[in-house]
Amino acid sequence: MSDASLKVQINCTVNGEAQTLDSHPMARLLDVLREELRLTGTKEGCGEGECGACSVLIDGALVNSCLVPVLQVEGASIKTIEGVATGEQLHRVQQAFISCGGAQCGICTPGMVIAAVNLLERTPNPTDAEIRTGLAGNLCRCTGYMKIFDAVVRACQKGEMRNDKP
Amino acid sequence: MQIVGQPVPRKEGRDKVTGQARYIDDLHFPEMLYGTTVRSATARGRIKKISFEGDIPWDEFIVVTAKDIPGENCVALILFDQPYLADEFVNHPEEPILLLAHPDKHLLEEARRNVRIEIEPLPAIFSLHDSLNRKEIIWGEDNIFKAYHVEKGNVDEAWEQADFIVEGEYETGAQEQLYIENNGVIAIASPADGVTVWGSMQCPYYVHKALLKLFGLPEEKIRVVQVETGGGFGGKEEYPSMVAGHAALLSWKSGRPVKIVYDRAEDMVATTKRHPSWTKHRTAVTREGRLLGMEIDFVVDGGAYATLSAVVLSRGTIHAAGPYLCPNVRIKSRAVATNVPPHGAFRGFGAPQSIFALERHMNKVARVVGLSPEEFRLRNFIQEGETTATSQVIHEKVDMQGLLKRAFELTDYQAKQKRFAESNKTSRQKKGIGFASFMHGAGFTGSGEKYLESVVGAEATAEGRVRILAASTEIGQGTNTVFAQIAAEALKLNYDSIEVAKPDTGNVPNSGPTVASRTTMIVGKLVESAVLGLKQTLQSSGLLKEEYAQDDFERACRGYIEQHGPLKSFSKYKAPPGINWDDEKYEGDAYGAYAWAVYVAEVTVDMVTFEARVDDFVALQEVGRVIHPVLAAGQIEGGVAQGIGYTLFEKVVWQDGRMINNQMTNYIIPTAADIPPIRVYFEENPYAYGPAGAKGIGELPMDGAAPAILNAIEQATGVSINHIPLMPESIIEALGGDHV
Repeated sequence: MSDASLKVQINCTVNGEAQTLDSHPMARLLDVLREELRLTGTKEGCGEGECGACSVLIDGALVNSCLVPVLQVEGASIKTIEGVATGEQLHRVQQAFISCGGAQCGICTPGMVIAAVNLLERTPNPTDAEIRTGLAGNLCRCTGYMKIFDAVVRACQKGEMRNDKP
Repeated sequence: MQIVGQPVPRKEGRDKVTGQARYIDDLHFPEMLYGTTVRSATARGRIKKISFEGDIPWDEFIVVTAKDIPGENCVALILFDQPYLADEFVNHPEEPILLLAHPDKHLLEEARRNVRIEIEPLPAIFSLHDSLNRKEIIWGEDNIFKAYHVEKGNVDEAWEQADFIVEGEYETGAQEQLYIENNGVIAIASPADGVTVWGSMQCPYYVHKALLKLFGLPEEKIRVVQVETGGGFGGKEEYPSMVAGHAALLSWKSGRPVKIVYDRAEDMVATTKRHPSWTKHRTAVTREGRLLGMEIDFVVDGGAYATLSAVVLSRGTIHAAGPYLCPNVRIKSRAVATNVPPHGAFRGFGAPQSIFALERHMNKVARVVGLSPEEFRLRNFIQEGETTATSQVIHEKVDMQGLLKRAFELTDYQAKQKRFAESNKTSRQKKGIGFASFMHGAGFTGSGEKYLESVVGAEATAEGRVRILAASTEIGQGTNTVFAQIAAEALKLNYDSIEVAKPDTGNVPNSGPTVASRTTMIVGKLVESAVLGLKQTLQSSGLLKEEYAQDDFERACRGYIEQHGPLKSFSKYKAPPGINWDDEKYEGDAYGAYAWAVYVAEVTVDMVTFEARVDDFVALQEVGRVIHPVLAAGQIEGGVAQGIGYTLFEKVVWQDGRMINNQMTNYIIPTAADIPPIRVYFEENPYAYGPAGAKGIGELPMDGAAPAILNAIEQATGVSINHIPLMPESIIEALGGDHV
């Protein structure tokens, strides 16, 4: 994999910024983000798509970046945890994770925040069952999930999206 | 302004929710190599030959074997039986034999697969029963790492007076800690500059101690720095000493920084897990349901080396008779060797195992006597002034009766029990409700804290802020936040004006390991006295008045530093008065304080699929004063979730001493969709010797889920199952196997 001649150029957008990646086509998106772009907020927990620590959004869809070969993101728009806040202004999901105790050790947190942001984009006012299902692909070993559920509920109560609902 | 008891924001919360927190795998050093570990495929045997095969440019690799070790080839902990690298013999599958380093991690993995190690197998044993029966002697003279004997009263006389004698056997399985961040370190080591290690860990000074021996260097030549750590739960108590030593050996030989980060499969297959256990109870009881005698045989499987088994066994032994008054108790316990990777620390540390046995057994005794489980316990709960199994007089206000009553009210226990009994007659979904009552001692056992002599420092910064200096690590549980709260409260300063230094053995004193529910209660108390020392110095130097505001304090700190130079204050552990422990007789004050709890589980068992699920969980506990309500509840909820996993989801599948389901795909922990509402309640009874009245909390929630759930399943199905993890297959088997 270290053979430079095998590399290809891939054009995509990462957190709103155009990027030309110079990567092996089968390199994991996770590694390219972490090693080539130094976006280390995306974590590896299992490397087989079970834990969700490496969750990112590709064109608005929640994916495990450890399972995505980088050639699949040609032309795509990727959002990682580093793109969730707007400058110094935290996203309301991030703010709610702090206030509600949704982050403990923090290693699952970037993926969990991404999954929660995605859930609220799809379902602005989720039921308890929808929250549980929406986050079921992201494992947390610290919290027992209760405080994460609290954070999601708080985020949608505070957010504008709740007002979108008739 | 009061800060203790308030849900202040977590100190490192912002970094964690934005992805800015840097964990070990996020760090990169120039010229860094990647390291890997070549391990034994055989459980037990003699190493015959190592050969380097395949189409691999071997001359590009750094190779380290036992012969390259500059100091002693042992991981210094309690005993010195575990090597860093097996030299002649291997004693468990996945035992480290050889290390490799290379700049290209893909080529490194290729190379690892091409090291061929020939091992002549020796007979191995894989179960604690085979070890007890000495099917093969694999460790010492008798396979026994440690044995304890607790004796209270005269249990031999209890049997004659008993109206009933009730026996039972109980078993628990291994459990993987499964922190989401795998083990990892980066090391820089050379004979000239010594050894520096950065890593994911709970106990920097354990790593420090281990590296001293491995390299034979003076203390000041070894520096260990904890970086942000993605969960530990005990799993990063002792194993980081191994990973750190390996990376440092590769760096020592190569002269370059070396990173070793395990992938999930390696972390699961090679590192420690919770000790499997077997417990036998024999109990003498009167017709009225009074406990007369308890004889308890408690055995844990320690794996191939001693590691922490002696202390895990100790905690399990002391908790084996629970929060009950029994005049005659005999507890015999043993930790035995098997040829599996060493088991280690995991939240609860032996207590969840022995409490599972006890709380299942208490239900059985109640049934034999003809009492409800609750009535039987109400007649036997320990009271203030009475003695535990180790003859410790309980001097704190304890109200287990009150906790039980409140837990029943919170869950509508009795009404539900009746309702379920009715609906179970016709429904395929059998419902049940059950509970467990227990206590958990905080801090090191017996004289442990006295021997540790933990020290905490506090220093004033040039900006007039206060910085806490301690080796206690933030691993998610909230160390940084709780220490800052305790300090702010003691000094009447703003929470934001308190900083907590990164644990770095080059900069902070040894406040002891981050284990045993000791960080808030024991180390927090030292934080309190260290910062009060700062204040005292400022006041006696005339720079600070008795009454002061935030900016007076800041000005005084700046003034002191300008006039006298750095201002630091240190505080060393002193045992609270009246704590006496006899290590020979295993008798006395095992812990300074206990947390007390009653947990209630409501379950459904589907009689077609034989799946059991938890529908509701109430965790009620008395933990002294609660320092931070959100973090405290988070500890309880997380522990209960791990307990639910331990009971119904998490099964380590063994084959010849090796875990074969070492993936998240087939070792299942609870997801957001699996966990019931966990409702947490605290009773607050301030502990006189805890900081602001706090007691320990971290391990407690691991104890109650398993017995409460199995007690509920027994009520739902009418069958008594006494082992965990409980898979649907076990329920089918227990029901007679003819329900399929």
